[in-house]
Amino acid sequence: MQIAQNPLVNKLRKKPRIGENLIQAVLLICGIISVLTTIGIVFELGKESLLFFTMPGVTLKGFLTGTSWQPAIGEFGILPLLTSTLITTFFAMLIALPLGLGAAIFLSEYASPKARKTLKPALEVLAGIPTVVYGYFALTVMTPFLRLLFGSDTVQIYNMLSAGLVMGIMILPLVSSMSEDALHAVPRSLREAAFGLGATRFETAVKVVVPAALSGIIAAFIIGISRAVGETMIVAIAAGSGSAFTFNPLNAAETMTGYIARISGGDVAYDTPEYNSIFAIGMFLFLITLALNLVSRRIAARFREVYE
Amino acid sequence: MTENKNQPIITVKDLSIFYKTFRAVKNVDLEIFENKITAIIGPSGCGKSTVLRSFNRMNDFIPGASIQGNILFHDKNIYDEDVDPVQVRRMIGMVFQKPNPFPKSIYENIAWGAKMNGFSGNMDDLVEKTLQDAALWDEVKDELNKNALSLSGGQQQRLCIARALAVKPEIILMDEPCSALDPIATLKIEDLMRELSHNYSIIIVTHNMQQAARASDMTAFFTMDEDRAGVMVEYGLTTQIFTNPKNKQTEDYITGRFG
Ligand SMILES: Nc1ncnc2c1ncn2[C@@H]1O[C@H](COP(=O)(O)OP(=O)(O)OP(=O)(O)O)[C@@H](O)[C@H]1O
Ligand SMILES: [Mg+2]
Repeated sequence: MQIAQNPLVNKLRKKPRIGENLIQAVLLICGIISVLTTIGIVFELGKESLLFFTMPGVTLKGFLTGTSWQPAIGEFGILPLLTSTLITTFFAMLIALPLGLGAAIFLSEYASPKARKTLKPALEVLAGIPTVVYGYFALTVMTPFLRLLFGSDTVQIYNMLSAGLVMGIMILPLVSSMSEDALHAVPRSLREAAFGLGATRFETAVKVVVPAALSGIIAAFIIGISRAVGETMIVAIAAGSGSAFTFNPLNAAETMTGYIARISGGDVAYDTPEYNSIFAIGMFLFLITLALNLVSRRIAARFREVYE
Repeated sequence: MTENKNQPIITVKDLSIFYKTFRAVKNVDLEIFENKITAIIGPSGCGKSTVLRSFNRMNDFIPGASIQGNILFHDKNIYDEDVDPVQVRRMIGMVFQKPNPFPKSIYENIAWGAKMNGFSGNMDDLVEKTLQDAALWDEVKDELNKNALSLSGGQQQRLCIARALAVKPEIILMDEPCSALDPIATLKIEDLMRELSHNYSIIIVTHNMQQAARASDMTAFFTMDEDRAGVMVEYGLTTQIFTNPKNKQTEDYITGRFG
């Protein structure tokens, strides 16, 4: 027997939502494409670096511990390239981290809404300048300035310090804008708590807001570091070409990225150790940035939700 | 009135408060007495929080907020050029509507403000004393290093009170301190306020009529004028306001015929 149905029951039935499904499918495809390209790049890097490591005279141990990078005479020790990358990164961070955090604190805790509205875009313009412009800025402004400061005998025309400092200026907006987002996300009630106890703006910013935003700030720092490690154009132009194992930032020394850029842009024949080595270096760089990303996720996860 | 024997601790003279060009509060005159609990009641939007926050210059942080008139703390206008607002907030503490402990341990929550104010005595003693004064000690004494955010809402609010006490203010401002709490936690805070009023002057904004009637000595009733500016309609002993209001609007409000 048919039971008389309440009309409400029909309202509950599933309705086809074609638009919804279509969007879902498109998003899925986008996701798949980005995952596949990443896998493809890593696969290609791995394959080519394997090719490099199986070449005669090349060993993983020699690659990781050698202090001379002279492909012409079969010396493939990555340390000179690595130290140069680390030194330029160090000076970049010396500029970008303190100034970036300082600018972020200023924008988020001190600036009036009006000042903030003009300063933030101004800072973000810095991020829009092509890196090649920064490279020539390093070479034609920063380097002459450093030579004036320290003497042209001590400062080489191409040097790591100049490239590092300018790289720091380039990364500054990234660090400050991400840190500012993190500071801005700290609830107002926390600041009011501090002010209500008679804290000054500085005490509130440094002892309450920054600790509460620490995960985001550390993430910003680490992204800044990966950016510096991977930055190519500035170091290729201003840090020097040709590897040199030196810890003196006033000397020229090629970085990992600088070497890759020079070899892949130059006229080195395929399947030479020299050519294949850039994939091994690329793989090495990839592992560094991957590690940095994992660390930043860890840190972000550890400190997250502290104020909720 | 017997209160007039006391010197007022805060004297508000012809106070108007603006957000940009909007006048949120107009022409308020009010005297707050020492060691009394003063309640501010009135319909939503009539400027209670605005007035309360003007007492310790918390409105300074709102861009576009400005005041006219005087607020004398003892005999000094706290809006005078030579007054340091930071110092004002140390002497006039505040407890907010939503408990807002720092995401630090219970101990640090209390020690933080005290340290900042240059407290040099025994911190352990201070923490114990203020937690006891805030009627929280027995509940947390074994876990002072626990994160304050793991406490219940009522406990957090009492921690915020303890934290305010640790700075040794003269006045404590409370903006609807119980609105996020259940009735039992609310009663605890009210008892606590009564205890604290022996040593502090308390000004409390509340929506809860019974709370004002139960817990306060003096009551100020605010409402909104036609131009949406808040005005003070009546101020007097709580017993008088609730049993024998002089103003028709007050009577309508407390008997629930309004707002
Ligand atoms: N930051 C602000 N900027 C602009 N206007 C504000 C701001 N804060 C409050 N106002 C306005 O001032 C008036 C009074 O607000 P206030 O918060 O003091 O009211 P209240 O009596 O505390 O209300 P409630 O009982 O809902 O908390 C309202 O009209 C409100 O819109
Ligand atoms: Mg309010």
